Amino acid sequence: MAGTVYVLPKERFQELLDRLKADGYQVVGPVLRDGAIVYDDLHSVDQIPRGWVDQQEPGRYQLVHDRSQRWFTFTPGPLSLKRFLFPPSLSLFRVRRNGDGVQLQVTMPEPPRYAFVGVRACDLAAVAVQDRVYIDRQGLFSDGYYAAARRKALFIAVECQSYAATCFCSSMGTGPEVNHTADVVLLELEDRFVAQPRSERGAAVLTPLALEQATDEELQRAKHYVRQAAADMERQVDLTDIRDLLLRNLENPRWDQVATRCIACANCTMVCPTCFCFSFQEVTDLTGNEAERRRVVDSCFNPEFSYAFGVEVRQSVASRYRQWLTHKFATWYDQFGVSGCVGCGRCITWCPAGIDVTEELSAIRASDGSRKEQL
Amino acid sequence: MATKKPRIGVFKFASCDGCQLSLLDCEDELLAIADAVEIGYFLEATRKPLTGEFDIALVEGSISTPEQIEQIHDIRNRSRMLVTIGACATAGGIQALRNFADVREFLSAVYASPEYIDTLKTSTPIADHVRVDFELRGCPVSKHHLVELISATLAGRRPNIPRHSVCIDCKRLGLTCLPVAYGIPCLGPITQSGCGVICPSYHRGCYGCFGPAHRTNVQGLVRAYQSAGVPEETLDLLLHTFNAWAPGFRESTRSVPEELLSRSTGPGGSGER
Repeated sequence: MAGTVYVLPKERFQELLDRLKADGYQVVGPVLRDGAIVYDDLHSVDQIPRGWVDQQEPGRYQLVHDRSQRWFTFTPGPLSLKRFLFPPSLSLFRVRRNGDGVQLQVTMPEPPRYAFVGVRACDLAAVAVQDRVYIDRQGLFSDGYYAAARRKALFIAVECQSYAATCFCSSMGTGPEVNHTADVVLLELEDRFVAQPRSERGAAVLTPLALEQATDEELQRAKHYVRQAAADMERQVDLTDIRDLLLRNLENPRWDQVATRCIACANCTMVCPTCFCFSFQEVTDLTGNEAERRRVVDSCFNPEFSYAFGVEVRQSVASRYRQWLTHKFATWYDQFGVSGCVGCGRCITWCPAGIDVTEELSAIRASDGSRKEQL
Repeated sequence: MATKKPRIGVFKFASCDGCQLSLLDCEDELLAIADAVEIGYFLEATRKPLTGEFDIALVEGSISTPEQIEQIHDIRNRSRMLVTIGACATAGGIQALRNFADVREFLSAVYASPEYIDTLKTSTPIADHVRVDFELRGCPVSKHHLVELISATLAGRRPNIPRHSVCIDCKRLGLTCLPVAYGIPCLGPITQSGCGVICPSYHRGCYGCFGPAHRTNVQGLVRAYQSAGVPEETLDLLLHTFNAWAPGFRESTRSVPEELLSRSTGPGGSGER
């Protein structure tokens, strides 16, 4: 694939969307809804929030229009791709009494064939992380829905040429350049996109459009903006020894300090593109003749999520915050071989209390070794 | 299935009847409910007098008069399982605003002859007076929760009724966030879910109808909103509605008389079930 790079004029972007639809894809991309840019059904280029810029800070998100000709001047909003690949609520099966026995009916639907358009490096890095969670390479314990949705999905990424104040992908090594998963990578210029196919499937989408080849100058100019964004991104996490740092600071007084601010509302985990906790719900009807099993996304901030053998294990807010942060930045490496954080900054922006994960990690590092007084 | 249908009683204390109405509002399931249980006492639906014992007592309303204290003990003694339904029964209701003030002043302002009124100084949750086996939150309760409670009890399983924040369901629905995206103060982060995220779905901040979420941090949200510039009066009004007396909400911004704080809510009190 490497080598051939095309030019997609902006006035032909709709053709790309139409092509995807004609190929049987359900197209999902960035649209404006409820005061933010979210991923949702994308039928027309007119839905793309062209020229909108998101101003993000801890606990605050605001959109302003910058009147530029650029289309993708925003960064990802609260909703990541996980709600498409791993739906928040899914019926798995129903069981009915049938004489002396029971009848089982699988209700888990076949996932749609998604084409994700305009997704970013952090989104795709998160998909790569979730692949490690849900897809078993030996094929024994994969999540059926996720694996099927993932197998069918097409990713048309856009490399970010700007960043929000909450972004820290460059320090996590996950962006803004797209290194994962993408089938096509788009780079924006004034009136056109440079389009790089990254897979057979991506090439197959571009070929029918009979696009002209891009010049090296176009590619380099577009890349320059991306590299500039990477270089300018101020927020960062020092990953040096991060796993051991956190695990030797389980008694650090900072956990109690953050717990005075943390509401345990679970928004951080809900917007996190890699958080994967879920629960099962068994529901019976009034007659007791029918039961359904549903799977719903859940959160380690929900105290009932840690309920085991008659006890909620993580009762204090401090224990729940610590569980989340140490899983994300420490034990995730043990479990999946990578960090659980992709640096998208969603948990910072969408925390109603404005708790900043990068600040918390710095505070732990600065107070490395301190312990709260034992009673 | 059990051979004998469980006998259910629906009882009312200081309340608006809205939660009982939610039971009658279970239109699609009402016949199945009537088929699965024996309605032993339910003044809003039938005229049967109060007799005998109950497998499940559904109790609406708060305790606000001396007679009600006797009545709730009687009902407790007649019932194997007592379930409180709605914010009045679980937290004292909107009428618990009296707990923050002097009820005699209210009486003289409202009634021409206040001397005829025999009322307690407080409106308190049922759990302050008798043991409660389960509570259904909400103003009003969710009819889905009522059906789930009855279904679960009949099946001998734990009802599938979460106690986490509204935010979890809000994000499951794919909504963004009113406080973060619009600066609208919303009680969702500290409120128990169950309503189906009605208000945020219509671009209104959560009013906290289901009371404090389990093991939440009310003060954390209060401080966050204060530092975001939400006026004290706005926060005060938000936290002082249907669940004003719920532990967590009641200590929030308004001063509470010391004697009431120490008196109310013993072990297994109104915040727990």
